This record gives sequence, structure tokens and C-alpha cells, in this order.
Amino acid sequence: MYNGLPDLSLRMIQSMHRGIVALILLFLAGVHFAQAARAQMTIEIVGGAASRIPVAIAPFTATPAARTPDPAAIVRDNLARSGLFRLVEPGNDGQVGDEQTISHGLWRGKGADALVVGQTAVLADGRLDIRFRLYDVVRERQLAGMRYTVSPHLVRAVAHKISDIVYEKLTGEPGAFGGRIAYVLRERMGDGLRYALQVSDVDGHNAFTVMSSREPIISPTWSPDRARLAYVSFEQKKPVVYIQSLADGRRQTLASFHGSNSAPAWSPDGNRLAIVLSKDDTSQIYLINADGTGLTRLSQSGALETEPTFSPDGQWLYFTSDRGGSPQIYRMPVAGGEARRLTFNGAYNVSPAVSPDGKWLAYVHRREGNYHIAVMELATGQTQILTDTRQDESPSFAHNSRTILYATLVNGRGVLATVSVDGRLKQRLSQSGDMREPAWAP
Amino acid sequence: MFKPLPFILLTGILLAGCADAPKDVPIEERGVGVRTQAGQAGTGATAPASARSATATPSAETTAKGTPGAVETYALPPAGQQLQGLSTEASRAGEATGPGGKNPLKDPDSLLSKRIIHFDFDSAAIREEYSGLIEAHALYLKAHQTARVILQGHTDERGSREYNLALGQRRAESVQRSMTLLGVPVAQIEAVSLGEEKPIAEGQNEAARAQNRRVEIHYHGE
Repeated sequence: MYNGLPDLSLRMIQSMHRGIVALILLFLAGVHFAQAARAQMTIEIVGGAASRIPVAIAPFTATPAARTPDPAAIVRDNLARSGLFRLVEPGNDGQVGDEQTISHGLWRGKGADALVVGQTAVLADGRLDIRFRLYDVVRERQLAGMRYTVSPHLVRAVAHKISDIVYEKLTGEPGAFGGRIAYVLRERMGDGLRYALQVSDVDGHNAFTVMSSREPIISPTWSPDRARLAYVSFEQKKPVVYIQSLADGRRQTLASFHGSNSAPAWSPDGNRLAIVLSKDDTSQIYLINADGTGLTRLSQSGALETEPTFSPDGQWLYFTSDRGGSPQIYRMPVAGGEARRLTFNGAYNVSPAVSPDGKWLAYVHRREGNYHIAVMELATGQTQILTDTRQDESPSFAHNSRTILYATLVNGRGVLATVSVDGRLKQRLSQSGDMREPAWAP
Repeated sequence: MFKPLPFILLTGILLAGCADAPKDVPIEERGVGVRTQAGQAGTGATAPASARSATATPSAETTAKGTPGAVETYALPPAGQQLQGLSTEASRAGEATGPGGKNPLKDPDSLLSKRIIHFDFDSAAIREEYSGLIEAHALYLKAHQTARVILQGHTDERGSREYNLALGQRRAESVQRSMTLLGVPVAQIEAVSLGEEKPIAEGQNEAARAQNRRVEIHYHGE
């Protein structure tokens, strides 16, 4: 009997998935935009920590035999892919036990520093009761214990939540396993190309297509409440900014002014966006309300200005400008005022992304003709180049502020990749077709 | 050693020869001193402001000089003559057909059927070889006030998509400015950018990239 387990409210997890359920229903009803995505994403580790934490994750006991995936398997995959853990095989000696019978010494003997045990039970109403405990078997104490009561389709969400907790307890850093991402998939189709704006879990599951077109789609960006995406589509033979709701697929044109419309970025309160328009001058930054009203021009430099992004407190805009003769990253107050240049190293620093905790600036840096992801610690101005691939683009931060998602080319094919802010941990996410323009949900 | 900018540009064009290889283009090396291999390094910085303003405005000297390249490529008389001929023809016809009932926009012998202007790496400056082409379209637009063009700017595939979108926009605006300086009402022109999204040549080599750095002229209703 589990005692004293916090009964975690799953409202957050459920709200994350409500949109998907609604979309599936709409798809069945023949709604144009949303459709389940076909391809499966594969994830490989391309870099990890030198010394990994040995952890055993025992299969969860299931009573009665639940016909849902074992959360333990999902947790195991998550932790293995993070590059920070070495999985210790539990073996088949029937010694998993629950908290009453756990032999810490036995697990130490297998080489584990930590152990996860748990169980899945099907309740009378069909929902699942999932419980887990995390033990430090070296100090012989419990580090975490939770129970979740959820409908069966949320097993993966619970497993990601468990992974986040285990990760944070063992590494001291918040995990980001439950994240969702948006990206653009380009595929050959018949005599042409098809561009699909897709959303999926960060492990590639639950993928669906939000919108598809024969013309390019770029720059998807999440609303702060994760309910909508703003993006640039070329379906009108020129760049136009749209906002689309994920729950019902409804779409509104945000900006279709004379000239080009691009580079949308949401303010943290979700009320307005920064966009780039060429209607008055060469590409300049404007603010516009999310309903398309209240357009005001923000930059007046006469130089090329683009890629605006808000600071987490909503007070600043980071952006790219070539006002100094080469493209560099600047910061200016949203309320108006002088811009300050932030990047000085090299002749090409673009695509700023600020971490949710406001500590880091990720961007694309060109060195010797190659494009790498770099990161700057904003407090000190110290910079580090994180990647050694040659055509890296579109960095965005995971909600844990520790992981950067970006697009790169591997053998000429577009894939997504992640790198930790210290450059140690690297993963690649790929599927058939070219993946590009990733954006991590806030 | 101080030469006026048009000469430097002209040298650049002659050195570059055909549109397929950028080689060493003086304007870029001057523009961004810190980059030693500007010609190969990427779609990064644009030409310095001085170069932009000087070249985006086809002055009397630059337009008057027909380069051998332009004649060869487009099988046309020097820019000045073409300008005259078109002007008379256009004012006489007053509609979208030239002599013999041909639509000059479609006539392969007409400069108006040429719709692509290529650019050097990192540059929105219009090469002199294209001044005749731009003048021809400008005259056509002045003579046909209901005609509308979309100028689509494009870049090669390296670097940020949004930054490339802005670079392509600047190329389209450079052509637009040339046309408005020749007297075309701005209302007849829309400059837009497709950035790196619509390459005409695939491949990650310089020949393909040179093809992709361009502005396309599209007439409404075509």
C-alpha cells in the first residue's frame, strides 16, 4: 500500500492534450487543416556526458494486466536518450519488490545508484492509477513518489512527467521530456513538394499536421498558452503571417500588407506579436495585436531589421539588424528607445532566441563559412559555440531553459537536433523528408 | 588607387564574367573587412551602405555604358538605343502589343521577356549588365499604366531563413528603386521576397547559389 503519495492534479497534462483530442475529432469530421501525421520520428544520441548516472528502472507491475504501454519503458527510453544516464538492467530474478521489500543492497550490487519502481492499475471506471517511487539505493532513501489517476490515452504524458521528476532529482536540473514541438516537414509529392506544419511530442509521438501547402511555410511560433501557432506561409506567392488555433484548426490572417510579412513573435502575455513588414521601408519591426489591430512601427533605422523575439519579461525585443554593416543581434526596449548591440564576434550573428529563465541567448553564428549554434550568457556576455555541424538554423529553447532545439543538415537532409547549453548533450530527431524550422512549445 | 564606385563595380562584373561564379568581387571585400573570404563565406552581411546607395541608383554614367555582356546575353543594342526604340513604340501602341501584334512581354526577341536579375553574393547592388533590362521594363510600365509588376527577391540557401527573406526583400527593393527613379509610379510595383525558399537551381555549390541569388519580374495576369 502506497502511503502519502501526492495525488497530482493532471490538469496541466490534460490541457496539453485536449487540443489533440479535438483535432482528431475534427479530422474525422473532414476538417481541412488537421490530419494525423504518418511518419515516425527516430531519435539518436550524438553526444553525452562522460560519466553517466547508473539508474535501474524496473518494469511497472500491472494489475490487472493493463493493455497500455508500460510507463517504465517510456521512462527508460527518455532517460537513455538524455545522455546523462546509464541504464542498469533489472534482470529477471523477481526481486523488484515494492517499497516494503526493496533490497537497496541488491540494487547496489547490480551497479545502480538509483532505482525507479512503480505500478499501473486499471480502475473500475477505466481510468488508470499509475504510481511510482524513486529511491537513492546508495543512501537507502526515497527521493520522490507520486500517483496519477488518468484516462489511458495519457499514459505517455504521465511517463514524461515521471521522467522529468527522476531527471530533476538525480541531476539537479529540470527535465524537458514532456515538451511539444512545432516544425515544418518538406516532402516530395508527385511532381512537386509538400510542406506540412506539424506538431508533435518532443519524442516524436502524437504527431499531427496543422496545415499543409504546396508552397513553403516558415517561422512557426507558439502562443504563450500553447493554443495557437503563428507562422509565415507563401501560399499567396508572397510571405503572409497567419495565426492558427490548434484546437479547432481555425485560421486568421494576421498580416498581409503590401510587400513582405514575416518573422512573427508572441509577447509573453499573448496579447500582441512583433512582426516584420516591408510596407513602409525595407524590412522593419512592428507590433500588432493578436486580432490584427493596433499596428505600430517599432524600428526606424532604415537598415534591415528582422527576427524579433521578446524577453521573458516582455520588456525587451531581441532582433537581427545589419545597421552596423553586418548582421548582428541587438536588443531594444519594447516601449521604445535606443538599441544596444549584443554580438561582436564575427560578421554574421542572427536568429536570437532567449531562454525562458532569461539567462541565455542562443543564436546562429557563422565561422569560416559554416553556420553553428552559439550561446551567450546574458549576465556576463560570455559566448560558446555549441555545435560542429555546418548549416545550423532556427534555435529555440526548451521550457527547462537548458536544452536548445535547432535545425541542421545531415548528408544533405534536414533534421532537428538538440544540444544542452553547456554543449555536452546532443540528440538528433529525424524522419523521412526534410525537417526544419523547429519551435519548442513554451 | 582611389577609384569611383562605378569602376569598381564594372571591374567586378568583368572579373565575374558570366553569372555562374562570383569569384572575388571587390565590393564585398571592401564592404566587410573582417571577412577574409567574403566571396565564399555565406549569405551573410550585405554590402556597405555606401555601396548600396550608390549602386541601387543607376546614375547617368552607369546606365549609359552598355557592357559587352549585356549585348551578348540579350542580343540587344546598347541600352540607350533600346530605350529610345521602346519609348516610341510604347507610346504609339499604348497597349500590351508591339509591332506586328506581338506581345512584347512574351516576345523572345524583346528585352521585356527577360525577367531575371542576378546578384552577387551578399549584395543587393544591381550589376550594370542589367540596367538595359530594368529600363525596358520601366518604360513599358510607364507606357502601360494599368500594368502591375511583382518583383520577387530570392537568395541562396545559406544562413537564416528569415534573414534571407529580408535580404531578398532588399534585392527586390533595389530593382524597385531603379524603376521608380526611371519614373515608374510606385503604385505599379510590389516588391516582395521569397528568401531562400524557391531556388531555381538545386545543389550546394557556387554555380547553383549564383543562379538562386536573383530578382524575378512577374506581371500581374500572366
